[in-house]
Amino acid sequence: MTAGARHDDRPRFAVVDYGAGNLVSIEQALTRVGANVAIATEPSDLEGADALIVPGVGAAAPAMARLSAAGLDDPIRSWIDGGRPFLGICLGLQLLFDGSDEDGAVTLGAIPGRTVRLVDPPTLPHIGWNQVERVRDHPSFAGVDPDADFYFVHSYAGVPAGPDAEQTILARTGHGSSFVSAVARANVLGVQFHPERSGANGLRFLANVVGLVRADALLGGPRAATVPA
Amino acid sequence: MLRRRVIPCLDVKDGRVVKGTRFVELVDEGDPPELAARYAAEGADELVFLDISAAPEGRGTLLDIVERTARRAFIPLTVGGGVRSVDDMRDVLRAGADKVSLNTAAVADPDLIRRCAARFGRQAVVVAIDARRQPAGDGWEVVVTGGREPTGLGAVAWAERAVELGAGELLVTSIDRDGTRSGYDTALLRAISDRVHVPLIASGGAAGPADFVAAIRDGGADAVLAASIFHRRIHSIAAVKEAMAAAGLSVRLAPGAAA
Repeated sequence: MTAGARHDDRPRFAVVDYGAGNLVSIEQALTRVGANVAIATEPSDLEGADALIVPGVGAAAPAMARLSAAGLDDPIRSWIDGGRPFLGICLGLQLLFDGSDEDGAVTLGAIPGRTVRLVDPPTLPHIGWNQVERVRDHPSFAGVDPDADFYFVHSYAGVPAGPDAEQTILARTGHGSSFVSAVARANVLGVQFHPERSGANGLRFLANVVGLVRADALLGGPRAATVPA
Repeated sequence: MLRRRVIPCLDVKDGRVVKGTRFVELVDEGDPPELAARYAAEGADELVFLDISAAPEGRGTLLDIVERTARRAFIPLTVGGGVRSVDDMRDVLRAGADKVSLNTAAVADPDLIRRCAARFGRQAVVVAIDARRQPAGDGWEVVVTGGREPTGLGAVAWAERAVELGAGELLVTSIDRDGTRSGYDTALLRAISDRVHVPLIASGGAAGPADFVAAIRDGGADAVLAASIFHRRIHSIAAVKEAMAAAGLSVRLAPGAAA
């Protein structure tokens, strides 16, 4: 799956650095599957990017504060509002919702709903490998076995709300009560697991995302444009 | 369903993987990123690096090792040893670690756990507890500085306190069993797992697959950590996992994580 060609035809991925931990893994994993990766620390770093990734672990309020301090919160909102390709990973998915119960943070509000604590978990945080049960097909999971394990490390998860909530949900995972482990809405994709830490399955997922961006078909194909915002 | 994890531990001293018996009598076991990549390919669910370098100049070496490993092995990496501040933790995470384990520094300054969890989230904070069985058979005492120094703290009480302060995971090592291949101290594990709800990683004493099963079944552990039996290829990770699956435990039988 590693692209042989490493020229300018590689899709350009901007990975937002807001001090929320390890960026080496996501940078390396994306590079491995054929992306041209740049770390973004300020708004001008988003210029020229084909896709935007917000990774991260930790709590929502300090993350939003750091995004805001870097002047990146509004550009990220505009990016998503403009229908441009976006992938949120772990905290980066949670930040897409309206707010978080973890610390009362007001988050990006790109997807209606809230981030809430996992319900009845046998252990918390939910740390380790678990299955991602897709409730509908999506090209980002093409070629990924339905029983495939992905790596999770979190205590909270987003709950989509509103009339389009069910169509937003892409996958669920069980740990106590099941939670939403992947969402897709227009050109926005979000996963609660860490594809960059999920071995071969994670690389496959990221390769699919890179391929979709390259084909300008992220993330849901032609239907995407017709999904109400 | 959440899988039970099998975690090879790489004790790193001055840039090399070493393994001793009860933290002494060290034997060189190889290049850390090389071994890490091998374990990822064999189906390791995570990796733990414990830096046991005595000299401060070992730090730069460690960060370099972390970064080289993160570039090759796309599975989670926990790094411990010598992390004494939020800034130390930031450096290790930026080099490519996903979690940091705090041990001696957390005993000396328990609020360090809270500060690290507040900055990076509790899921990134592992508290490592080295426990020695009390001679009277009355519980376990926390020991620090590589198992050499007693603290007077009860291991179970310290585990509860660490979780209250923000530990997202506990790595519990029986110093009595470490390096001896005489099996995990399942009574120690059970005493702690009965009192906390964060994931518990069992460490110290693994000899073979039956020990991993016992740590989970009898000890209530969520994950099992071992070093020498993997480094010396006494058991492969795949064989251990197959044995765990045969015993009815849920494990990730990877077709081979990319390395």
